[in-house]
Amino acid sequence: MDDLLRYRDDAPHEEPAVTLDAFLGQTNATAVRLESDEDARALLPHLDRLSLIEVSFPAFRDGRGYSSARILREAGYAGELRAQGDVLVDQIALMRRCGFDSFVPDKPLDPAAVERALGRYDAVYQKAADGRTPVWALRHG
Amino acid sequence: MYKYDQYDQTIVDTRVEEFREQVARRLAGELSEDQFKPLRLMNGLYLQLHAYMLRVAIPYGTLDGRQMRMLAHIARTYDKGYGHFTTRQNIQYNWIELKDTPDILAELATVEMHAIQTSGNCIRNISSDQFAGAAADEVTDPRPWAELLRQWSTFHPEFSYLPRKFKICVIAADEDRAAMRLHDIGIQLTTNAAGEIGAAIYVGGGMGRTPMIAPLIKDFVPIDDLLSYVEACLRVYNRYGRRDNIYKARIKILIHEIGADEYRRQVEEEWAHVKTLGLDPPRAEFDRIAAMFAPPAFDAATPDTLDRSDPDFALWVDQNVKPHKQPGYAIATISLKPVGGIPGDATAEQIELMADLAERYSFDELRVTHAQNIVLPHVRKADLHALWQALDAAGLATPNLDLISDIIACPGLDYCSLANARSIPLAQKIATRFSSIERQRDLGELKLKISGCINACGHHHAGHIGILGVDRKGTENYQLLLGGSGAEDASLGKITGPGFDEDGIVDAIERTVETYRAVRTHGERFLDTYRRVGIEPFKEAIYG
Repeated sequence: MDDLLRYRDDAPHEEPAVTLDAFLGQTNATAVRLESDEDARALLPHLDRLSLIEVSFPAFRDGRGYSSARILREAGYAGELRAQGDVLVDQIALMRRCGFDSFVPDKPLDPAAVERALGRYDAVYQKAADGRTPVWALRHG
Repeated sequence: MYKYDQYDQTIVDTRVEEFREQVARRLAGELSEDQFKPLRLMNGLYLQLHAYMLRVAIPYGTLDGRQMRMLAHIARTYDKGYGHFTTRQNIQYNWIELKDTPDILAELATVEMHAIQTSGNCIRNISSDQFAGAAADEVTDPRPWAELLRQWSTFHPEFSYLPRKFKICVIAADEDRAAMRLHDIGIQLTTNAAGEIGAAIYVGGGMGRTPMIAPLIKDFVPIDDLLSYVEACLRVYNRYGRRDNIYKARIKILIHEIGADEYRRQVEEEWAHVKTLGLDPPRAEFDRIAAMFAPPAFDAATPDTLDRSDPDFALWVDQNVKPHKQPGYAIATISLKPVGGIPGDATAEQIELMADLAERYSFDELRVTHAQNIVLPHVRKADLHALWQALDAAGLATPNLDLISDIIACPGLDYCSLANARSIPLAQKIATRFSSIERQRDLGELKLKISGCINACGHHHAGHIGILGVDRKGTENYQLLLGGSGAEDASLGKITGPGFDEDGIVDAIERTVETYRAVRTHGERFLDTYRRVGIEPFKEAIYG
């Protein structure tokens, strides 16, 4: 887990994530891995017992995980939401906006570049899952 | 026109600096072309056959003289002295050097312009009716809605890696001048029984190798819910659009496969959830934007009459000038289709002249049309003759709007690495064959559209006459399609039969239009005749 980037204050979750099928078939797992073609809504009845949801990005072009993340956050999931796979520095800011708060990229990222990417835009146009105030709300106080 | 506030300006300026860093990493060899590609493609920079091409966004095709002048400056300073206006109401420069792109974007940012999302699998430039704010038949000006969508779609965190590119169009009249139903989402503003304005939403249109006309998905969405509804439409697509095959990844394929009813059901379900999230801006934000699109200060006393004594001027008026909602004013279209020219191209000098003329005669407003022409939307009838003289002196007064030589053509094999055949020389050949304006006017409205490959950037499916360039055993071959339309009577063209070489296709077009002349009834357009008699008489004339 050397390459884990994490934006949470709580201790990292130690239990390995199980597949969605395995998770739905047992009652005690607290970490699950969601493939990009799996339905995040299948987890909604179980969010209160989950501490870690890992969402797979098999290729950076596969953007399904962005929707999965928002769906989970919109349903109130407050545990760790991790993006794993082909995660690039130029995508981290968008992923943070969708609710991801930890990252395990296939190829290690330059921490300074990540920090620059996350701090770059002062303003955003949309309300998303990160609680940032959109420009339209700033305009109308 | 919309004016940036500090937030808009900061976002665009920040994007310039971000891209400057990305280009520096590429030039220093820290990024390979493979790694750089997804970054440049989010910002309108393509690697073509001979050079980089930069596509600059012109939101909903509207710009002012200052912006137009900047486009000329970029053409002159960084390109070969010209630019190419596109079917997405944008402009692209075909001879750009990578090292210059950050400076170009910085210059554009000084006039509130950018290249954000002019390529990539994201929401592209929002297109609209080029007569917005001027047409008598619109229920409202569609551009405030388009601007609201522009902001919402800019760096949308969830929809920047969609299965495929995504195009949205907003119109507000029954006459469709923007090919609305050939978009991923087409929005037609309309009124409900209570007289309130809302949006009819069509989803799943498009051209490409599998052309589709978008079905109606929702008949009325109130302005206060527009963004959340569109968000729901996109989320269903992002989750379930196909990602296994790039050619089946557009939303039209999803809707074709699951059916419009099932897609509608899924969107409604998603929307029921999404609209509880507070994603829609308050009405005050729409009002703020709409106030910037208030009509200009029209002169109510300007005469509503026209001196038509100059026959060449009268010809241009008859063909290129359309009625305005304000008495005493007119909408003038500047044709970028001179005989022998490259459709949509304009030199830096011509672009500057159009900027000057917009400032002098059209309340400092210009529009780019999807047919690759330029519109001055608000011209006093009393100024039309002076305007025409200035245009004529610059080779910009070709009186051929919507005639056979007003051709839409993609860049084709002269520029594009995807093309199978050249489009531009063929467009020039056709325009030259039909150069007689009397003959063109006799043929009447005839929309001819050429694509140099199956991706259909030249809208050939929607041409009354469409031409598709293909590669046949290593030689360029052109297929002929008849009966397409991108207007409110949208339809897709049908292939007549075996293709032709470059000279053969021009002859086939000639036989096609002569067949039309032989069988048309009085006042019948080519498209109407085709729909009445079918393809057979044309096939007989072409192949018989």
